[in-house]
Amino acid sequence: MFSKEEIAQRIAKEIKDGYYVNLGIGIPTLVANYIPKGINVVLQSENGLLGMGPFPFEGEEDADLINAGKQTITTLPGSSIFDSAMSFGMIRAQKVDLTILGAMEVSENGDIANWKIPGKMVKGMGGAMDLVASAKNIIVAMQHVNKAGESKLLPKCTLPLTGVKCIKKIVTELAVLDILPEGGFKLLERAPGVSVDFIQQATAGRLIVEGEIPEMRLD
Amino acid sequence: MINKVVSGAEEAIKDISDGVTIMLGGFGLCGIPENCINALVNKQVKNLTCISNNAGVDDFGIGLMLKQRQVKKMISSYVGENAEFERQLLSGELEVDLIPQGTLATRCLAAGYGMPAIFTPAGVGTEVAEGKEVRNFDGKDYLMEYAFDADFAIVKAWKGDTAGNLIFRSTSRNFNPVMAMAGKITIAEVEELVEAGELDPDYIHTPGIYVHRIFQGKDYEKRIEQRTVRKSEV
Repeated sequence: MFSKEEIAQRIAKEIKDGYYVNLGIGIPTLVANYIPKGINVVLQSENGLLGMGPFPFEGEEDADLINAGKQTITTLPGSSIFDSAMSFGMIRAQKVDLTILGAMEVSENGDIANWKIPGKMVKGMGGAMDLVASAKNIIVAMQHVNKAGESKLLPKCTLPLTGVKCIKKIVTELAVLDILPEGGFKLLERAPGVSVDFIQQATAGRLIVEGEIPEMRLD
Repeated sequence: MINKVVSGAEEAIKDISDGVTIMLGGFGLCGIPENCINALVNKQVKNLTCISNNAGVDDFGIGLMLKQRQVKKMISSYVGENAEFERQLLSGELEVDLIPQGTLATRCLAAGYGMPAIFTPAGVGTEVAEGKEVRNFDGKDYLMEYAFDADFAIVKAWKGDTAGNLIFRSTSRNFNPVMAMAGKITIAEVEELVEAGELDPDYIHTPGIYVHRIFQGKDYEKRIEQRTVRKSEV
């Protein structure tokens, strides 16, 4: 079973040279730590920055320079700053190559829910609805099951939706899966030591298993 | 050159009265108009509709206005950092319109560009789409979202001049330029106010035509929400 860091590490393998990438809050933020050496990637932060750098050294924090998670960060050579409308303009116009975000639920037809639990948690969608509605390539980083052991990969989402038919790839602590255009979670890889049966048990939506399923590799 | 300078936050907000709609710039606590928020708290105006990406934290920013129940309705994209907000929302004391962040920004932009509405795919098929006109362009659905109609916009800039021209610093720019364009009356508080002519016209982010009142703010706290650092290299 993969840790959050290992999920992030696996997702990082999907990032290609020359990509502009938007990372959501949570596990997706960790992906920045594992971007393969030797490739050039520009991180977009939707509060208005391209070229997000690492956290500042202690004592060098700048209250005016934060990421979308409100963390203090730095810029890099080649960074640019812009307003919120332009930030979502470049997202809507599909200039951003890859979006990585978290989810509470994903359905077998690619719907995603990650912003609201009615009567319980009302934080808002932030930029998530804009991102999922426009991004050409979205990878969801999520836990396969909730704390009660119930599957979060469902036939149909039970929570209010963030976007419809927009998710194509999911990486969890158990597996890497594609969502097929005609619907269904196609199992691509399993976490080391995790059996296909175990993944089947943890997947409430339709799981498609074809042939031998290799173990995920992080190198 | 038309002089836009007022004495301070109190004078700048003097005609903000109960029941008006106010836009407030900033993302989280970054780039918020601290001086004007404090002045609104002191003035105790009520029944406000506030358009702002976030709602501050419990004891800073718009959170201070929420605590005093000055806000009737909040229009935001993300309010997760404010426990009092969540409490008022879940108990039904506060009316809240949660809208996608890009939609929020672009509805400001539309107002500043004189366009009545925009079309965006954000929220199609979700509860955000309820009651909204859907139009299909090239096989993809879009929601029609109206330009905002705000009585006042209050923004924070780094530098400004007496003509109302503004320059923002780093990611404290965020919603400030688009909100500055969108208010019927726009108030700008700046860290440094200079004479017209001292800022290079090529480097102005917001032209003074959009700004009606400007003043040099004071005592900026610039609170950091998530102080994240790395170890110094030895």
